[in-house]
Amino acid sequence: MSDASGTGLPGHLVDFVAALRRHGVPVGPGESVDAARVLGALDLLQREQVREGLAAALLRRSAQRDTFDALFDLWFPAALGAGVSLVDVPRIDDGDDDGEGTGPVDVEALRDLLADLLRDGDEQTLRELARAAVDAIGTAGASGRGLRGPAARPGWSAYQVLNAISPETLLARVLDGLRSEGESDHVSEVRRREIRDRIARFRDAITGEVRRRTAEQRGREQVARSSTPAQPDQLEFLTAHTAALAELRRTVHPLARRLASRLSARRRRAHRGRLDLRRTLRRSMSTGGVPMSPAYRTRRPGRPELVVLCDVSGSVAGFSHFTLLLVQALREQFSKVRVFAFIERTDEVTDLFAPGVEPAGAMARVLREARLTAFDGHSDYGGAFGDFLAQHADAVTPRASLLVLGDGRTNYRDPNLRALRAVVGQARHAHWLNPEPRRMWGSGDSAATTYAEILPMHECRTAAQLADVVEGLLPI
Amino acid sequence: MAHQPVFGSVDDVAERLAGMGYLASTAVATTVFLADRLGRPLLVEGPAGVGKTELARAVAEATGSGLVRLQCYEGIDEARALYEWNHAKQLLRITAAQGREEWDATRDDVFSEEFLLPRPLLTAIRRTDPTVLLVDEVDKADVEVEGLLLEVLSDFQVSIPELGTVTANRRPFVLLTSNSTRELSEALKRRCLFLHLDFPDPELERQIVLTRVPELTGQLTDALVRTVGVLRAMELRKVPSVAETIDWGRTLLALGLDTLDDDAVRATLGVVLKHRSDAEKAAAELRLN
Repeated sequence: MSDASGTGLPGHLVDFVAALRRHGVPVGPGESVDAARVLGALDLLQREQVREGLAAALLRRSAQRDTFDALFDLWFPAALGAGVSLVDVPRIDDGDDDGEGTGPVDVEALRDLLADLLRDGDEQTLRELARAAVDAIGTAGASGRGLRGPAARPGWSAYQVLNAISPETLLARVLDGLRSEGESDHVSEVRRREIRDRIARFRDAITGEVRRRTAEQRGREQVARSSTPAQPDQLEFLTAHTAALAELRRTVHPLARRLASRLSARRRRAHRGRLDLRRTLRRSMSTGGVPMSPAYRTRRPGRPELVVLCDVSGSVAGFSHFTLLLVQALREQFSKVRVFAFIERTDEVTDLFAPGVEPAGAMARVLREARLTAFDGHSDYGGAFGDFLAQHADAVTPRASLLVLGDGRTNYRDPNLRALRAVVGQARHAHWLNPEPRRMWGSGDSAATTYAEILPMHECRTAAQLADVVEGLLPI
Repeated sequence: MAHQPVFGSVDDVAERLAGMGYLASTAVATTVFLADRLGRPLLVEGPAGVGKTELARAVAEATGSGLVRLQCYEGIDEARALYEWNHAKQLLRITAAQGREEWDATRDDVFSEEFLLPRPLLTAIRRTDPTVLLVDEVDKADVEVEGLLLEVLSDFQVSIPELGTVTANRRPFVLLTSNSTRELSEALKRRCLFLHLDFPDPELERQIVLTRVPELTGQLTDALVRTVGVLRAMELRKVPSVAETIDWGRTLLALGLDTLDDDAVRATLGVVLKHRSDAEKAAAELRLN
């Protein structure tokens, strides 16, 4: 194989594996060899089987799957160029009467066709239609504007296709066509969500198709770099969009479960710790003073109280929400959890994170129901800490651990170090979790470095980092 | 140690599993085929109730193999997983031989096959008939047990200090399942092919439900599967899996309901959603109130 590397299928596979590594999927040489054996055992014409087979050999956890799929589509594309499509885009007949119009695309007819497919839920044909639509109306760019070189070649634009077809506007129409007399609310609700999901998948198909065509033109590397989805626990809280954060929140319970089981393993090991001399000697009386069975000190895990003080202003809301959900899922590790939210003022929101309360909408309820703003709705750390000290200082008992969540951006107001120092002084432990990258601390209006002198501050940009920090903070 | 693949192609896998009432997706059929062809263990991960254990049973039936199952739990050890010496019987043997036999002979005798109690892993290795070894919920076991598994999974052999090394006569088809309550060690994962078993697509799920509960009408099954699909898209604490869809079908059947109207859903939502907050949220989002 040595002389074949770099060319042919083995070379292509090595190339693909290298791309996976660049996107944070650790693949060892052993796995590459496995992947090669997989390719040898499968029918290469069955693309889905090749995809599943390679995934089985190369991946080690399910969170890597989205990254893998995106790269697989680039390295093992479903078609070349326009491909052979079973669906044709309807065109306005230009009078040639040969049945096949060659004129401009008839967008209205295309939308009709799409509406029919969405109604019937024919996923296969929908994907074919996405490919044909991109081929027909997806070219955008600078052709014919006097540019030369690569820039003159037309680029591919998902925005342009989606703008022309605007599949979202078809939702009401498709639903109207399906509605029957006297059907119940939940039936129509189920259907509405189904059609919405189908539209979302059609959008994804368009975007994927554009990625493939762009990759043919500009090279896989460039497309892979710019648009491969990250693994959920590597997502940065501050830059992730809403859908990604929702996806991330689904992982909070598995994460909490993993943390709890790691913790109980740690406790088991820590259990047989130091020798208890007094009990060992007492026990040795029965064996004539020879210490045959040493006794060990048993630890009594003290379950601390936890007080969480979190910034819920727009900039860090995603991070705060995720962390609060994690704290809630871990509440069995604490004897008592109290949660305080602040923007400009501080208010207790423990009830909104009580067990059994529906977790996804909790943040919206915090913003709706708690009294958090006073003046302009921008976060005011100093004011909030002062407020907390004045009204809720009794929450921080000597047994309590204090957790502050926020980026420490004070909007150039007084950071009120005195109040924070007083609160921290009351608590047994205090830690600050900051979702900003460490190099940004102290820049602009950030008071993170000053706050970090009062209590230890930890960088928590991603769920993985947060899990590490929380695991370190949890009591043994 | 001879290794003969039992499946001819991916389609062959799908067909034979379907014959046993297990409808496999492309992902499942492909990985089972590869695990069999390459002689590698298969690590199946996924939410509860998607048919991980069922897959092992179906593979065993489809290939005419015996199923040896090792159920892992917290605190499982060598004596439960691998083998154990039958101490009581050894003592009896020693007492019986007293005065009639040299000690050396007795000692050699009590550490022979006769006094060995094979546990699932050793049983699976020693069997001469085709075997499927299922190591269930491997994430529940402690990290030390993973070390034990490594020797079995990579070389298909077990070392017993008093007896020597027992090597497999015939390589078993090994299937490990995990609910990912903890990360398995890299060493273990590296020896396995990995399959993430997710919820099936609606068409497949419809067929699965109809296979399991054949009395259901096609229309009702369709409504069930679609509703469950919508529930899975919500942010819930515990999303319903295939087992719950099947349960729901059985419940409706038992109640004699033949359409999934508002009242029926409201009355039976507890079958699919196990948390009260989930049920409340779903009822609100589906506009049942």
